[in-house]
Amino acid sequence: MTDARTAQTRDDAPLTTSKRSGVADEAVAALVEPKGDALIGRSVTINRRPGELYAFWRDFTNLASFMENVERVEVIDDKRSHWVVKAPGGRSVEWDSVITEEREGEFIAWASTEDADVSNAGRIDFRDAGERGTVVTATLVYDPPAGVVGKIVAKLFQREPAIQARRDLRRFKQLMEAGEVATAARTTKQLEEEQA
Amino acid sequence: MRALTWHGKHDVRVDTVDDPEIVNPRDAIIKITSTAICGSDLHLYDGYIPTMQAGDILGHEFMGEVVETGAKSTLRKGQRVVVPFTIACGACYHCGKQQYSACDNGNPADNQDIAQEMYGHPMSGLFGYSHMTGGYAGGQAEYVRVPFSDVGPIVIPDGIDDDKVLFLSDILPTGWQAAENAEIEPGDTVAVWGCGPVGLFSIQSAFLMGAGRVIAIDHFPHRLELAKRFGAETINYEETKTYEALMEMTGGIGPDACIDAVGLEAHGFFVDNVIDQIKASTFLATDRTHSIRQAIIACRKGGRVSMPAVYGGFVDKFPLGALMEKGLTLKTGQTHVQRYLPGLLNAIVEEKIDTTFLISHRLPLEQAADGYRMFHDKQDEVTKVVLKPGLDRVAA
Repeated sequence: MTDARTAQTRDDAPLTTSKRSGVADEAVAALVEPKGDALIGRSVTINRRPGELYAFWRDFTNLASFMENVERVEVIDDKRSHWVVKAPGGRSVEWDSVITEEREGEFIAWASTEDADVSNAGRIDFRDAGERGTVVTATLVYDPPAGVVGKIVAKLFQREPAIQARRDLRRFKQLMEAGEVATAARTTKQLEEEQA
Repeated sequence: MRALTWHGKHDVRVDTVDDPEIVNPRDAIIKITSTAICGSDLHLYDGYIPTMQAGDILGHEFMGEVVETGAKSTLRKGQRVVVPFTIACGACYHCGKQQYSACDNGNPADNQDIAQEMYGHPMSGLFGYSHMTGGYAGGQAEYVRVPFSDVGPIVIPDGIDDDKVLFLSDILPTGWQAAENAEIEPGDTVAVWGCGPVGLFSIQSAFLMGAGRVIAIDHFPHRLELAKRFGAETINYEETKTYEALMEMTGGIGPDACIDAVGLEAHGFFVDNVIDQIKASTFLATDRTHSIRQAIIACRKGGRVSMPAVYGGFVDKFPLGALMEKGLTLKTGQTHVQRYLPGLLNAIVEEKIDTTFLISHRLPLEQAADGYRMFHDKQDEVTKVVLKPGLDRVAA
């Protein structure tokens, strides 16, 4: 999967910020392994070194600690992992994911295998930002469950991936910088309810 | 525990709620000994601040005793601490620059969406001040959970009364930052709109920073008296034309620096203000902003305008032209409380700053709702209400 920032566009802004329709098609066309019809991308700057962030992310079992919808990720082998993700209506969706390309301390790209419930591919980039730390960019392409209807349902439950990605990246930043995920919960019971 | 909870416009109650617990490793639980009602709490009381929910615990000026600590808290049980109203992580880029109220991580991830949509960026979390700033429970309660307790609270040495240090939590650093943002040069004339606590502390701070004259503007006689006590000259805008008076008092130059310590509930029956009020009550909500308009118009050419006053939304008829044509500098923002605490605590210990004059009423927590009503209805005589959970009932 190529970096969406380098795909053809009229200015220097990332493709994920385009006002034009049809950018998802372009991005998908630019992928090595096309996996969906919705494209999202988010960047966040984290006050830590790229290597440290890469290492935390590369151990996929860590992802459930800041990705709200991810119930768990099981590592199968060096390239393969099994994802269990919460879906609207108290259900869950599962798939196997394979690392398609990676460079230590710089990026990880992955794609779901053929039998996935939600077909998806993604890439996470860690770019050195000097004294500011690291710019972390997540790019995801996916097929929403049950097409358009599924996306509307997902929005109702605030499980819509674009919102989720932004919030998950903020939690990743909180965990990496502050050492914990900020919460306004006053009791452990409230915290559990929030995380349910 | 007992806590003051918000239920709607002019409806606050002391309810029984669950005690707070340690939720994150850097947390501490504080047993409140003193907590004040802030002028900005009246914005919540009056229903001007969006994203409030019934049952929210208010209060962002508080101090107390550490009774429980998380694994990564650096506080110890039994320590007395004052807690900043801004919730900052101490580890992000902004905290590194001491811009604590711009902390990236103090506000929970989901709540950041609201400010991101409204302002373009989320700000730090605040105690007891709507869900846009995190939805954190405030300190007008018997106990409070304090996140990031290793970077926020300041430990108070033994033998110093609560009343002397309580205002380190918000209004003293806010008044200080307001004066700092006015970039005062020795001998400057500084005009201050609003002689509430922040205005009064900014008058004290301006003199400490070398101002030659401070001119204080309000309409409450008692508050103007307090301003006079610190050496300020006064203008009562109900009796005097403010712009004309400022110009005459400065030989036609205008104040070198202007501080707007009034904010979005500016009183006064000026035409623009009345229009703002009508719009606010018909949900065309623009902020009521007469004081900032006047500050910009009165300020001398090339001068500085500092705006500690709280604004939340949009304004009409903002004199952008005057700001540009006169080459003014406008500085503002929520207070970076943590930045000022050591210096200001020192100034209190050395008796360079005394804030106890401000406290007009002390009430038990159980009478907190009375405190809100009094503060709201009688702003002249009620300069500051401090709630003390242990206190016996008093006649309000």
